[in-house]
Amino acid sequence: MNKNLDLFLTFMKIGAFTFGGGYAMIPLIQKEVCENKKWLNEKDISDIVAISESTPGPIAINAATFVGYKTSGFLGACMATLGVVLPSFLIISIISLILTQFQSIKAVRYAFMGIRAAVLALILKALWMMFKQVKKKKKPFSYVIMGLSLVLTAFLKIDAVFVIISCGLFGLLWSLLNRKEQSND
Amino acid sequence: MIERFLAFLKIGAFTFGGGYAMIAMIQSEAERHGWLTQEELVDFVALSESTPGPLAVNMATFVGMRTEGVFGAIIATLGIVLPSFIIILIIANFFEKYKKSKAVGGIMSGLKPAVVGMIGAAFISVARTVFFPSGISLSAFSSASFWIFLGLFAVTAVLVFKKVHPIKIILLSAVIGVVAGYGLGL
Repeated sequence: MNKNLDLFLTFMKIGAFTFGGGYAMIPLIQKEVCENKKWLNEKDISDIVAISESTPGPIAINAATFVGYKTSGFLGACMATLGVVLPSFLIISIISLILTQFQSIKAVRYAFMGIRAAVLALILKALWMMFKQVKKKKKPFSYVIMGLSLVLTAFLKIDAVFVIISCGLFGLLWSLLNRKEQSND
Repeated sequence: MIERFLAFLKIGAFTFGGGYAMIAMIQSEAERHGWLTQEELVDFVALSESTPGPLAVNMATFVGMRTEGVFGAIIATLGIVLPSFIIILIIANFFEKYKKSKAVGGIMSGLKPAVVGMIGAAFISVARTVFFPSGISLSAFSSASFWIFLGLFAVTAVLVFKKVHPIKIILLSAVIGVVAGYGLGL
């Protein structure tokens, strides 16, 4: 089979069968891309995780683009990305159309009231997972940034993009300053 | 339309750390442009969790679809995907260098805690929607629905941390929502 078409179909399968976002996708990518198709090796997969964490955007898109590009260049990247997006796009479009018609039903409204409490729990879990990662580093600096970004976005309603850019720059400056101190010692 | 595309381009280009980090970002933009209410946003998170595919893409498609139909969905999804796509293409060639770069490490040391803070902000605003739908007031504490949703949150939180599958938890909470809704005549 044409490699680009194969990339498209493989990533469409991955997109259609993973629930819960990018991280849940990594084991599936590993199985398909390393074991079944042998496009990449294990080391490339760990690179994908590292690269996805340090670049912006959805992890699934980062991973698909990376695998596609490594396997078959620019066209491969396009096909893999399109493949991973398409199932989501189609499924959500259909649900969105159905939802508009069901929204006026009382039971549906009640159901969503309950679901919102569950979403809050899911956000709490995500918050805890990310917090654990930062906690491992044991830097007081991280807690200052954490608190600042929380207050700025939650209470002062500062634009989230502005907060992200400033915290990134702040981290860069801080690491440069620390490096200077270390070399002076 | 171009405005919508640019807004999602911005969200795609500045979201680090996956779908949940994006909630604060979408909220910020949605509020400014008046795309959707806080309740709708929370519902989209639930539906995005219960359907396959990347959370970020699901949410972008939802917001686009809701505000401007199929064309809006295409624009929003394209906007969220494009920055990732381009950045990865650029980086893929000199990835080893990028990975070891001190500058990238420094920036990430500021970004990671910032993302935690932003998810915290999303938690606070969603909590406000769930527990105080008609504004924070003393009378809210005396309503039965407040305590039911608080209890439901506590139960689902335990289930989430016990690694029960999110879809099961969402279904369970939907059932409890229906029972409580009819029971209390909300």
